[in-house]
Amino acid sequence: MESADGAARTLPSLGQLSRGRLFGRAHGLFGLSPSSRLLPPAPRSQENTEPQKIAFLLRKQWTLYSVTPLYRFSPACLRDYSRLLSAFIAAEKQKGLAVEVGVELDIKVAVSSLPDLKGSEQDQAGILVQLSLRSPASRKNSEEKLVWSGWFCCVFGDDLSKNLPKDFTCLPLFLANGAESYTSIVGSWFQKTFDCCFRRLTISPLSLSWMAAMWTGCKVDKTTSAMELVFSVPCLPYPLDISYAIHPEDAKALWDTVQKTPGEITQEEVDIFMDCLYSHFHRHFKIYLSATKLVKVSTAIASAHCDGIIKFLQSQYLTGVLMLLTELAISQIQ
Amino acid sequence: MQTPKQPLQVHHKNQTDLSAWRKGRRTDPEKSVQNHQSPNNQKNFSKQDSLEEAFSYFEKVQDRVSLKKNSVLQKHLTTVESIALQRGLPPEGFGVLLNVALSGKLADTVNTRLLKSLIPASVIPEDSVVSSVSWLCVSKCSGNVQLLFLKWLITVFDFIDHKEQIHALYGFFFSFLQDEKMCPYVCHLLYLLTRKESVKPFRIRKLLDLQTKMGVQPHLQALLSLYKLFCPELVTITLPAKMKAYFKNSEGPWKAAINAVRQRKQENSPAPRPLFLGTAQPQSRKRKWNSQLIIPASSKTKNNLEEDREKNHVDLYSTNESFPVEQLQTFSQLLQNIHRLEFPSQMGSVLTNPLLLHYMNCVKDESVSLRLYYWMGQTLQEECTWCVADSYQYEEEFKDFLENVYKAECFLQEGFSSCEEFLYKSLPLWDGFCCRSQVLRLVSWIPLSNFSEMKSQLYDPLAQLFFTSSLYFKCSVLESLKELLQNWLNWHVSHLDSEPDSEVHSLNTTLSGLVNVVAELIHFVGWISTVALRLENHSTLMLYFVLDFYEAVCDIYLKYNLPLLIMPPAGVFYPALLSMDSVSLNQLCYIMYRYRTNLVAAKENELSKKKILPFKFSSQTYQEYNQYIIAMVGCLWTSSAFQKDTHPQGLRMDDDLLKKTRVQEFRTSFNIVYHPAMMGYALLFLQQAWPDDTTFNFSLIKGKKWNWYLEYLYAQGLRGLKVFIESSIRRVSQASSSKAENG
Repeated sequence: MESADGAARTLPSLGQLSRGRLFGRAHGLFGLSPSSRLLPPAPRSQENTEPQKIAFLLRKQWTLYSVTPLYRFSPACLRDYSRLLSAFIAAEKQKGLAVEVGVELDIKVAVSSLPDLKGSEQDQAGILVQLSLRSPASRKNSEEKLVWSGWFCCVFGDDLSKNLPKDFTCLPLFLANGAESYTSIVGSWFQKTFDCCFRRLTISPLSLSWMAAMWTGCKVDKTTSAMELVFSVPCLPYPLDISYAIHPEDAKALWDTVQKTPGEITQEEVDIFMDCLYSHFHRHFKIYLSATKLVKVSTAIASAHCDGIIKFLQSQYLTGVLMLLTELAISQIQ
Repeated sequence: MQTPKQPLQVHHKNQTDLSAWRKGRRTDPEKSVQNHQSPNNQKNFSKQDSLEEAFSYFEKVQDRVSLKKNSVLQKHLTTVESIALQRGLPPEGFGVLLNVALSGKLADTVNTRLLKSLIPASVIPEDSVVSSVSWLCVSKCSGNVQLLFLKWLITVFDFIDHKEQIHALYGFFFSFLQDEKMCPYVCHLLYLLTRKESVKPFRIRKLLDLQTKMGVQPHLQALLSLYKLFCPELVTITLPAKMKAYFKNSEGPWKAAINAVRQRKQENSPAPRPLFLGTAQPQSRKRKWNSQLIIPASSKTKNNLEEDREKNHVDLYSTNESFPVEQLQTFSQLLQNIHRLEFPSQMGSVLTNPLLLHYMNCVKDESVSLRLYYWMGQTLQEECTWCVADSYQYEEEFKDFLENVYKAECFLQEGFSSCEEFLYKSLPLWDGFCCRSQVLRLVSWIPLSNFSEMKSQLYDPLAQLFFTSSLYFKCSVLESLKELLQNWLNWHVSHLDSEPDSEVHSLNTTLSGLVNVVAELIHFVGWISTVALRLENHSTLMLYFVLDFYEAVCDIYLKYNLPLLIMPPAGVFYPALLSMDSVSLNQLCYIMYRYRTNLVAAKENELSKKKILPFKFSSQTYQEYNQYIIAMVGCLWTSSAFQKDTHPQGLRMDDDLLKKTRVQEFRTSFNIVYHPAMMGYALLFLQQAWPDDTTFNFSLIKGKKWNWYLEYLYAQGLRGLKVFIESSIRRVSQASSSKAENG
């Protein structure tokens, strides 16, 4: 894997006996992690974003999904989508009773744009879907309770979007917070309406170690929280988790000695970093962490669980984290 | 899947939910009943018997029978109840039981118990419902039973296999509205049944009358609001925008029982829980939505909001100009509407719809294949039973899905690239057992691509499985590789004709590239065959599949116009030549005859220069062929295999060595008489020609008898031998018995 050169990934294919071979297919790569990654560009200034919207995304647990390109999705029709989706939700809730499109319903659906949530110019702006419950008591709009939210985004998703026909919208990453029953209804509606597929996006231990290394290197104003790695011991009759907390400055100091190439991180550096942490742990506890499975990484930047759950903690690194997640989502799609 | 018979209605669309496909699934009553009984043991048999007895009892029961006094009735009633709760009732039971329960023959307590046990195992036949409605009209049964029946009908509405006839009874149901007690349930039922054409002015008037009589009732309001939705111009009264609940919960005792039966059914297919090690096994089943393998039903939703903008009415579900795919039933419809057909909203639904597959073949739209590509790729990965933890219980489902994919590929005569990628990703993890035949069949549709890719993605993992698996697995692999070869060659032939127009061809499909890739496949099969024949002790079955592959290989030049001729390796040739089985020998003879025909044709083309061949077969190919022919003629005709065979891995042996074997007359021990595969024929021939001779003197077969013997062999069906001898052996004269030369 170390020798896999990014540039040599696409093999020329000879002849075609198949339908729909493709556009941005990372040939022969098949979901392997690349051997090196560029660091996300310096955090963009967040002046022109809507700070509330970004703040809304922080400090919540998001469940990750990958989504194949949406067919005939139009960012100009978000209000119509809200209405149709709310009718769909009402229909699903009532199971079998007809529902009129457009009338006032229990659940209010808001589909809106997250214009600044993207990496490159080619990226589609993010889409936020929010469901709120109208309280039946007072019909005034003030009494609304947010019950579920989910958002689509694409940060530097050029790998997927560059060769797509214009009928397709590339928003490969979907994040949901709230009851799964709502995720299921909203997901089904998107699947039916835009002929796309949702899949849970899990994070492999390898990707988690990348996150650990990448996030260690990020500068945060106040380094208060410790970096924590959680390992689970496999093949035991009972679950056993090992939590490994490291002072963020120690971790940063270690990472700085490991990382050589500016602006880029290699697999080798990540391996060395993790090996150092493992051998330190072994010195003290005589446990080889390399034989266990990394299940969770929490830092001041974000925390990620292997089941595909993420929590963003720093707004200036939001796009950086999303870039990596977009990459993982795309590799699950292609 | 289901064939949507209901006319397209705006509002039905909003109701589509997962139960729709479940319904579709249930439409095969026999199958599900069988599945149901799959863990057939004695107990189940006897249960089945007693259930049938009960049905026939209820079918024949006359007049009022008192439950308390009649133990037979008690017994049958308990049988029906217990089986219904445990496994549900088969479709054929509903007619019988509904007839009894609604005819008023028995006491109400019995009728109630019967109605309560009407839990479907699979589907409910429409007929049984129709006949019960007629019982309802003659009102032989009590009001309570009528009510219970209506509640039951509402609960199991989705289990009824067809609904056309029930729709025809709309007026009858409507007349039941008169009955004050029945009214709420009849409203609910009508709510389920109402279509746009059911809305009639006189019905609206009737409903309004009822409303003035009974006051504002939620169930009447519900039906009225549905009517208003269909025909706003007919219903002018204002209705409250929203009601908390239109209908009372009429699920009765059945809902829980139906769910329990369904759950038990799923549990009934136990499978060993595989141990999953390793990292981050995706646990897709945790996710409840679209967690079952669904091929979406074809339905089109128009998704073009911009167009509708002008009409000031946004409606995703309107179908104005285009022909709705739901109505596409026949090929002639397809031809008539091909200009105004649109693909369904979810491309996956084309997979099981031959008409749409036809249409897909006509439409060269990249977004069509792209949508299918994404859907299929994700579904395959998500549902793959050996890649995803906890999905072992869905193996049957996954098998069906793979089967459908394969059928669609055969239909289109083309592989899906998503399927190819799936195979490349999942073959290294495959145990070679799960969904075996489906996976191997899909292998045969892998598109032609670069060799280095094929080697690492397909050949290497396949070889690993091949060498470590059973004889039957090996044979299946060889069979699907033969299919693969033929699919590639067919593709090549069909694209020779349409060369100029296809962009596909520009992907550097040079002839030499194609030849190389095909050659690599043949070499790969040659290699695994050689090893496998040794591993399997030259099994005849194995040999058959190997030679079957070479039957395709030997004719590539003439049949597929591809300048490629590859001889089988010695590890295949000699085991076939020395096989103890005449079938293999005959097959080899036929193959060598076809090789000869191909080579002769190539030579002629070369000499006549009619065609300037970009390639010609190397002299090495001819040399290889000649070596084999010498060995074969030596073995079958001239008895000189040990002397003349020049192949390095051949049969040549020194006389000294042969003498040491102490086999007498070793010189003549290999020809069509003495060859172990032929000796059986020689024996039978001797018995027929010299019935009195019991010495089995094989040397009698010579001269004229030799020719008779040949005719005898041909008559036994050894056609391969016939064409081989007639083409490759030049007989000096008819009289000469053992003097012949190779051709």
